Amino acid sequence: MQEKVPAQSGGVIAGIDVGGTFTDLLLIDGNSGGKVHIAKTPTTNNNQAFGVVAALGATGFPVRDVDLIVHGTTTTTNAVLERRLARTGMITTLGFRDIIELGRRTRPQPYGMTGTFTPVVPRNLRLEVDERVEATGAVRVPLNEDDVRRAVAALLAAGCESLVIHFLHAYANPAHELRAAEIAAESWQNGYVTTGHSLLSEAREFERGVTAAVNASVQPILERYVGKLRSELAAQGYDRDFLMMNGNGGMISARFVTREAAKTVMSGPASGVIAAAYTGKRAGYGNLVTYDMGGTSTDVALIRNAEPAVSNETEIEYAMPIHVPMVAVHTVGAGGGSIARVDAAGLIQVGPESAGANPGPICYGRGGTEPTLTDANLVLGRLAPQKLLAVDHPVPVEAVRQIFAEKIGRACGLDAVEAAGAVLRLGNLKMAGAIRMVSVSRGHDPRDFALFAFGGAGPLHAAALARELGLPKVLVPARPGITNALGCVVADLRHDFVNTVNQPVSLVDEALIRQILERRCEEGARMIAKEAIRPQSLRVAHSADMQFVGQTHIINVPLPSASVSRATLQQLFEKAYFARFKVELPEIRANLVNLNTSVTGVRPDIDLSRLIDPAARADSLDDARLETRPVWFDGVWHDAPVYAREKLPLGATVEGPAVLEQMDATTVLEPGNIARSDADGNLVIDIGGG
Amino acid sequence: MAKLDAITLSVIQAALQQTCDEMDLTFSRAAFSPVIAEANDRSDGIYSALDGSLIAQGSQGLPVFVGVMQYSTRTVIEMIADGRCLPPAPGDIYIVNDPYLGGTHLMDVRFAMPVYRGGSIFCWLSNTGHWPDIGGAVPGGFSASATAVEQEGLRLPPVKLFKKGKLDPEIYAIICSNIRVADQRIGDIKAQAAALMVGQDRLFEILDRYGDETVVEAIAELRARAAAQMRANIGTIADGTYRSQAFVDSDGVVDEPLTIALAVEKQGDTLTFDFMGSSKPCAGPMNSVLATTLSSVYLAMRHIFPDVPISAGAFEPLIVKRPEGTFLDAKYPRPVSGCAAEVSQRIAEAVFAAMVQALPDKVTAAPAGSSGNFALGGNDPVRGRDYVMYQISGGGYGGNTGHDGLTNGCSTIGISKSPPVEIMEQAFPVLYRHYALREGSGGAGKQRGGFGLAYEVELLRGQARASFVMDHGRVGPQGVLGGSDGAVNTVTVFKGGQPHVPPHLSKEQDIPLKAGDRVRVGTPGGGGYGDPLLRAPQAVLNDVALGYYTKKEAAEKFGVAISNDGTAVDDKATAKFRQVAH
Repeated sequence: MQEKVPAQSGGVIAGIDVGGTFTDLLLIDGNSGGKVHIAKTPTTNNNQAFGVVAALGATGFPVRDVDLIVHGTTTTTNAVLERRLARTGMITTLGFRDIIELGRRTRPQPYGMTGTFTPVVPRNLRLEVDERVEATGAVRVPLNEDDVRRAVAALLAAGCESLVIHFLHAYANPAHELRAAEIAAESWQNGYVTTGHSLLSEAREFERGVTAAVNASVQPILERYVGKLRSELAAQGYDRDFLMMNGNGGMISARFVTREAAKTVMSGPASGVIAAAYTGKRAGYGNLVTYDMGGTSTDVALIRNAEPAVSNETEIEYAMPIHVPMVAVHTVGAGGGSIARVDAAGLIQVGPESAGANPGPICYGRGGTEPTLTDANLVLGRLAPQKLLAVDHPVPVEAVRQIFAEKIGRACGLDAVEAAGAVLRLGNLKMAGAIRMVSVSRGHDPRDFALFAFGGAGPLHAAALARELGLPKVLVPARPGITNALGCVVADLRHDFVNTVNQPVSLVDEALIRQILERRCEEGARMIAKEAIRPQSLRVAHSADMQFVGQTHIINVPLPSASVSRATLQQLFEKAYFARFKVELPEIRANLVNLNTSVTGVRPDIDLSRLIDPAARADSLDDARLETRPVWFDGVWHDAPVYAREKLPLGATVEGPAVLEQMDATTVLEPGNIARSDADGNLVIDIGGG
Repeated sequence: MAKLDAITLSVIQAALQQTCDEMDLTFSRAAFSPVIAEANDRSDGIYSALDGSLIAQGSQGLPVFVGVMQYSTRTVIEMIADGRCLPPAPGDIYIVNDPYLGGTHLMDVRFAMPVYRGGSIFCWLSNTGHWPDIGGAVPGGFSASATAVEQEGLRLPPVKLFKKGKLDPEIYAIICSNIRVADQRIGDIKAQAAALMVGQDRLFEILDRYGDETVVEAIAELRARAAAQMRANIGTIADGTYRSQAFVDSDGVVDEPLTIALAVEKQGDTLTFDFMGSSKPCAGPMNSVLATTLSSVYLAMRHIFPDVPISAGAFEPLIVKRPEGTFLDAKYPRPVSGCAAEVSQRIAEAVFAAMVQALPDKVTAAPAGSSGNFALGGNDPVRGRDYVMYQISGGGYGGNTGHDGLTNGCSTIGISKSPPVEIMEQAFPVLYRHYALREGSGGAGKQRGGFGLAYEVELLRGQARASFVMDHGRVGPQGVLGGSDGAVNTVTVFKGGQPHVPPHLSKEQDIPLKAGDRVRVGTPGGGGYGDPLLRAPQAVLNDVALGYYTKKEAAEKFGVAISNDGTAVDDKATAKFRQVAH
């Protein structure tokens, strides 16, 4: 098939993100002055492609006229979490087939001697071959090629679709893995062969093995999905290549995405963070704590100078590490569905139990009977019953109120409203604590950051959380409910590289550093050049992971360029370490652990000023007002004005208390807050001294 | 003063907890000792100014430190009161590691800092970190054959390491002159102090926001409520006395098992733990000091009731009779290095074995319950330097009412990860021949135990000495309610190709090795839960398909016959097996 090169700026770009409940679409029509189309359709989990096509259809925009589709999918995430994986075999070094089952001797929680764990590849599909490479890379036992042939044949006979080849110390010398892959390729027709060193070339056999096993076991699933989507789109007249989101927050052609399929596993949360960075940069806020609150959990990430923090050590669930560079998103186990209860000591607790999406909060009318955070918002007037998106059978607010009185209030001597207020306050406190642990308590001054609130529930709680965390501002984007789709639209092409050095700074070869970093730049540029779309420019960022000699934890330090002196490295590290721990250790030398390079193919700027249709803006704030209703803040009912978010005049100033409603999100301003809407339709909330 | 409302109380509880969690985080991330940084062998908490009793403790602290620090903090307060310690001033931090003054073993070094409000002490912040070395006969401190605490290392009574915020260079110099790898300890000391400072900052924020008096009142109320919560949990147990035993293989010096005899009496809403009848204090390092014995009971109960927040109140209804005259209440100069890692886990096992009779739905069969310490010290002729390598390892967990036991789980008293094989081979002149799931080791049961670990390490060059402090070599982790015991721990050292089994099975010190010699270890499997003949035949078939058990074991242990091709259960033969067995 001849690939047409999609048009550049001025073209039509559609970002489509598949979430747990909804498939969100944002289409920007560059040919019509950046006109915006938005759609939200139910996610179709058996084949997400149907939901994608439905979302496109819902815009009414002809699919054949779309120039570029960028897509984020949870296909691989769901496959891993639900263990609906392709049948995968594994070939390992003799004596080491159990590595991915043994893990690192852990248990799921500090207290409670129970737990279960299911390895990605079952034990009977893990076969051993004679070979051994030493830590230095020296070959101790040559690869027994007959063993490999026998193992490959046995795994094919057992019906395996994918294959992992994972040998000890392959990061130091990959020759045996490469040769075994060659042998496998002779009979492994579909090409789903992953070698351990190819995604992660670092020591740590458990983490590298699991990363490779996840990759292999989702490859066929992702490939099938891409194929289905491709043909569904073709049937609609879209015959071009499309791009997929990766967990590092960059895009990659759908033609190449399968090779490193594991990188898509955390792509959903990453695209939200990318959108936050882009939106914040345009609004003049480079330092953000992102806050995406969903039904069962909340995702938090840190952005400094418009760059999301990246981590190489993501664990997607208990004993399931995926150690490739990904946007560092921390998941906090609290969301709108978090259940409130009074414990045996008579104290109110919120979470960690969640009503999830089913049965969900009481007010969803799906049979939920336990009071949740969402229900508390309803009782307190913050959320209007008619603004709930996921309701099956409407439940009267009075019924919800009664449950708060019975299940929370009675044991604590509170009435229904006080009980709901207490639940909200504790829920916020718990979330703030968890957010602090992964953001500002890591050596950042909260006063330098704004809270970027999105997701359906984020803007409801944002002002209270920012106050609790000491963040002076909140940024609520124009369309909080489709932030991930926006991330797809604005994301750049991106490749990340990690090189292990592991030497004291005083001994590292400055020329070698430069050589490593420059080689990675070229490699990244070459990979981006293969893509169907041409970036506007290339951006390169280098950083170093460092520690004091003798430590195990690392601190990431951005580097000014590929040419850095030993003295600069030492200085940068000491400064970062002091900022983090307020500790100086002149007695101890610094160690350079990794050199990281990210190469970004920057796409043309996308104009966000029409995310909220300027024509819909009212002439005055009063004209945007929908009603006034009682809303509960810290023990008192206030008559709060309710505004239609879309109708806020440009530059309007809204004083709290107030509620701003839009299709898929509600923003609450507390008394003392002052919000201003900017040219992109963002709300910038000043928390104020209170 | 108005009575505290439920909301303020809950809010202050969450804020105190958060303070401790942030102290834990800072300590781990800034520490040098891998035992602290990677293995989280540390804990931070807030303690009463009056008697050192526990107010709140970090949720990610090492379990064995539950409750211990309140005894060392109390000792510091008492010694200040009777003049054995210098009086405190703002900015002072006391250091102490004396096991007999409310401690564990010497390697666990405690810092205690008074927090001042308006000129008087509001509370204490304390933390404990496991230092990689504290001097003594062997690097790392785990001497399997010490007979007095002086052989185990430097013992510090409470002394001020920081005076008005400044590190005292004299005390620091004394410490550094007595420990190995001293150059990095300054990093741990600063990390440990930094954690306390973070805690103080957060605590001041809480006090400024809610008012000192409100917080004091909340602390008292939270303590009362934690006690009520524990009492409510205990109330669900039937009145009676529940007895159990657990055995430590030997003390490392005299080759005799040590018995832990436990009777738990449940009456009303309290549990009384009586260890009378346990073995006398021993010659070797398997003695436990009182604080560690108490803490072991508390951590076991917290594994059973994880919902009760850790505070002194939670311990009130748990009455532990002082086990005077036994090895669980060791006095100076008894050696104690094994108490935190091994004896504590046997105590917890005894608590589990007693409580499972009362709470079969909440308690598991015995877990492997050993830290699996294997130390190898030698000289690497290629790198021209001495090294000490530690291999800790996991084992199988016990089956429980809902599930089979976890395979290769962490020790009962720890939350640390074991080191990767590749990292060990990079750092030390060794080669692992295998590192595998130990087949057949899980105790049979309706829910079987998890599996232990099997590994074999070869010394590649130079000479070295191997030492082991493990346990469960004589008897495996106990099966319960008809389940079988998990497999015993095994150690075999191949010297010049000849197998050598330590006379004490799980403990021996300084076995000389040459290049090519090998150490083979099998860690215990977890105990089985319930009658193995009631295990679903399909589950047994699956176990056989995965190679966990052989077909022979399926027949002998579970009474399940598997077809010749291994793909199906032979129902007829199985029914017959199981009938005969009953």
